[in-house]
Amino acid sequence: MTTPNAAVPNAAILDQTVTAEGVKLPVYMDNHATTPVDPRVLDEMLPYFREKFGNSASRNHPFGWAAEEGVEQARERIAKLIGATAKEIIFTSGATESNNLAIKGIAEMYREKGNHIITQVTEHKAVLDTCKHLEKLGYRVTYLPVAKDGLIDLEELKRAIDDKTILVSIMAASNEIGVLQPIAEIGAICHERGVIFHTDAVQAVGKIPIDVNKMNIDILSITAHKLYGPKGVGALYVRRKNPRVQISAQIDGGGHERGMRSGTLNVPGIVGLGKACEICMNDMAEDTKRILALRKRLYDKIMGALDECYVNGSMEHRLPGNMNISFAYVEGESLLMGINDVAVSSGSACTSATLEPSYVLKALGAGDDLAHSSIRFGLGRFNTEAEVDYVANKLIDTVTRLRELSPLYEMAKEGIDLKTVKWAAEPAH
Amino acid sequence: MAYSDKVLDHYSHPRNVGAMDKSSADVGTGLVGAPECGDVMKLQIKVNPTTNVIEDAKFKTFGCGSAIASSSLATEWVKGKTIDEALEIKNTEIVKELALPPVKIHCSVLAEDAIRAAIGDWKKKQEAIKGAPVATPVHAD
Repeated sequence: MTTPNAAVPNAAILDQTVTAEGVKLPVYMDNHATTPVDPRVLDEMLPYFREKFGNSASRNHPFGWAAEEGVEQARERIAKLIGATAKEIIFTSGATESNNLAIKGIAEMYREKGNHIITQVTEHKAVLDTCKHLEKLGYRVTYLPVAKDGLIDLEELKRAIDDKTILVSIMAASNEIGVLQPIAEIGAICHERGVIFHTDAVQAVGKIPIDVNKMNIDILSITAHKLYGPKGVGALYVRRKNPRVQISAQIDGGGHERGMRSGTLNVPGIVGLGKACEICMNDMAEDTKRILALRKRLYDKIMGALDECYVNGSMEHRLPGNMNISFAYVEGESLLMGINDVAVSSGSACTSATLEPSYVLKALGAGDDLAHSSIRFGLGRFNTEAEVDYVANKLIDTVTRLRELSPLYEMAKEGIDLKTVKWAAEPAH
Repeated sequence: MAYSDKVLDHYSHPRNVGAMDKSSADVGTGLVGAPECGDVMKLQIKVNPTTNVIEDAKFKTFGCGSAIASSSLATEWVKGKTIDEALEIKNTEIVKELALPPVKIHCSVLAEDAIRAAIGDWKKKQEAIKGAPVATPVHAD
């Protein structure tokens, strides 16, 4: 067993060591960044690399027909998972493209009707950056704030909708803090006011029940690699009835996917996405139960051993596998260094390259120092109790050790209110 | 992010972690940085009043692995040096010793600042005791 806090050399990445308790290292607990491909998904995909390699748009021979069959079966499976019809599913290269297509596609199509879009501050960059781009083109975007628990205020949404509003885009579940927005209520409001409702449901699909009709969702983004499917493939649900929603294609060239998204389909990827959705539908209840128990175990162990740990975002409205905790007086990167045979994130995966304080945590009102001290755990289908125990123990050891090293912890224990301290001016970063 | 072996070593086995009595006449305390920036270093020195030799040093740091390593190294280097010798320590030497990448150079600067702040604090105390001004540390950039 590796000694606690022994620095693991950088190079020894995925050579699997196994602890005395049978835990394979490194442990993967970052399922919001991506998920391992389920073996059943891979099995389903392989024939489409081997014998069934045809282009699904080849109408005239068995190679094309076999590929098309695989694609259409996948379409059905995805539709079933979210309560849609197969005709309403189109395929993309992933969530970022789906979000771009949804938002830009609506903005362009409904330009005559209006130029106002409503979204919120903790959306994924794929949505926020797309909105910023549209602002440069003359669209008006309202970014709704969130409360301390990470949720938007429905009354504020109602007030924000005006006669030029053509789209509301609110994510179903946050990738960083796992918080679940009130999608059904938002859908009802939008439906009543005649505004199209898009949701980036990338983290939610397959993990919590989604029904596009019950929830009044008009467009919805999905990606395979967050639900145990392969990277490089996603989908967009586009409502056909009540109301019929139209989007302007962002990629031209052949008119595939009912003219909404040209390009030869990633057949094996799509087959994988379809199978992943089918598995999620069948296993959701069981997986949820098990993952919730694992999360509770992790939470209880950490909170039982350490003081001054703060959960970021609502615990009540949250994805089963997500835990995001700030460990006061300990800096995030040094924390990650101490648990470097555990794969988790500090801040969102997309911003960890710069290690800037997470914009999502700042939106919750967390101070910069708590944002710097946060760790995001993403539990998933393949995590075990033994892994949770290993991670919890390693984390507790590291936080304890780093607090011994921390002048802030020392000052706090002396009763000094850190907010009142005048810190020495230091060179700007 | 790749860390040098020396940074990893200081992180796993930091030297001279701890605290000295701030109120003691022989102790100089430097506290630099700010929590919002993600870096706070506290460096303390115990100086022999006759020889001006730094006999002991202790540190505590809130910050990344490179910050912890920089301040740990700083305490190692100042021990056994006179006040004037310690003022010669440059952040570039810390960068070289720890092989810090460009994005982490500011950690070494903060460590140099911490040394100077500790010495400055000690000198102020000596001034107060002896009632005579002592030359303030020149910050060489």
